[in-house]
Amino acid sequence: MTTPLLDGISSALQRGDRDAVVALTREAIDAATPASSLLNQGLLAGMRVVGAKFRDYEMFLPDVLLAARAMTAAMELLRPLLVADGVPLAGRVVLGTVKGDLHDIGKNLVGIMLQGAGFDTVDLGVDVDPDAFAEAAVTHGATVIGMSALLTTTMIGMKDVIRALEHRGLRDRIRTVVGGAPVSQAFAVEIGADGYAADAPGAVALVRALARVSS
Amino acid sequence: MRHVYEFTAGESTPDVEKLLAREVGGAPVPDRLRHLFQQALAHFESLATRAAIVAETSADAFVQIYRGEGLNAPSAPLDVIIPRAQRLALFAATVGDAASAEIGILFGRGEPAAGYALDIIASEATNMLADAAALRFLRLQQARRAVGEDARVLPYSPGYCGWHVSGQRSLFEALQPGAIGITLSHSFLMRPLKSVSGVLVAGPPPAHRFKPTYDFCEDCTTHECRGRMASVLRAPR
Ligand code: SF4
Repeated sequence: MTTPLLDGISSALQRGDRDAVVALTREAIDAATPASSLLNQGLLAGMRVVGAKFRDYEMFLPDVLLAARAMTAAMELLRPLLVADGVPLAGRVVLGTVKGDLHDIGKNLVGIMLQGAGFDTVDLGVDVDPDAFAEAAVTHGATVIGMSALLTTTMIGMKDVIRALEHRGLRDRIRTVVGGAPVSQAFAVEIGADGYAADAPGAVALVRALARVSS
Repeated sequence: MRHVYEFTAGESTPDVEKLLAREVGGAPVPDRLRHLFQQALAHFESLATRAAIVAETSADAFVQIYRGEGLNAPSAPLDVIIPRAQRLALFAATVGDAASAEIGILFGRGEPAAGYALDIIASEATNMLADAAALRFLRLQQARRAVGEDARVLPYSPGYCGWHVSGQRSLFEALQPGAIGITLSHSFLMRPLKSVSGVLVAGPPPAHRFKPTYDFCEDCTTHECRGRMASVLRAPR
């Protein structure tokens, strides 16, 4: 069930107006709006419209990023209430650029868009050791690991992350998603990754599908 | 001969309208995006320090450099183009560390749209810097009458079109672009990230033409060579 306040949050989110989204979220919390309604009928409803408009070329990647930025800011307020109410998030994803690679723009785009889709993300940064991916997934209870590489010389490191999961007996519990300019579907299959995404929106759709399978 | 060049903003300032047209795939550009990109351009200009290093080389010396670690595709455009070249030079260029670092800082500060726009502008400016270095090299060779008035210069880089990225090692050993602050990691990654390196090839327009029908072209998403080959038919700017 929507209310004018929740509709207002959704609209402000679609405009990428972070200040308005935060102010309205605060107002909704003060009005004792259930956290799950705020998330689903306010924030995620807005992000669904943004996603549909992006697909239909009515909005563009920077618009999605502005909306996701607003969503992230609102989630800071909302997260403690969601936890207190036991409302499950879409899932938790560990992200990083593999060992030897310092490119982070693609990973950052995926991270912000995953947050916009209601996921919790743990960003390990760049030049990440294979074991650190596996370790972080366990520590943070993530069900998906997203790896990025921009060089043919570093993308091989993605296989090492999958090996690290195998060594720990986690391969069946934690899904792996790969992406980056030199990476392809064929490479993903070759190294045994669970999925490949060509761009950030594709990565979100893939993670959504894999997180559903894992849970 | 080895030259270090500094460039003015005018020599590699991205055309925001062109970038926006690419961004929206031909749809009308909303004002909000134009504003975002114009702000990013102003931000970029406040951070960028444009420099290039250009070192002339012979065809024989370049063939050794090009061979690198022996990982190039068995046949590639440079195999066809180098024998036709009139003059060659190794080059590296960068827009500096501040612009490269700021992109990550913006994402970290929760400003992903600004970071994204800055990344696009910095990448375009870096590529334009390679063209600006190519133009300086062309003018130098023309002034020396080493190439004809119709000659054109195009840059080629390791990591593209069959030249394996491991070729960066021999290229860096010969060029030493540390002089303008560019370093190479063991995985052949340049720092600052917004840097470009490779070879400048000078020759008459037909020298630059080849058929992009190599095995690796099947996976190519840009087919940039077509535009580059077409560009040699126009006067250099
Ligand atoms: S089609 Fe692509 S890979 Fe092939 S030569 Fe042209 S730009 Fe290079």
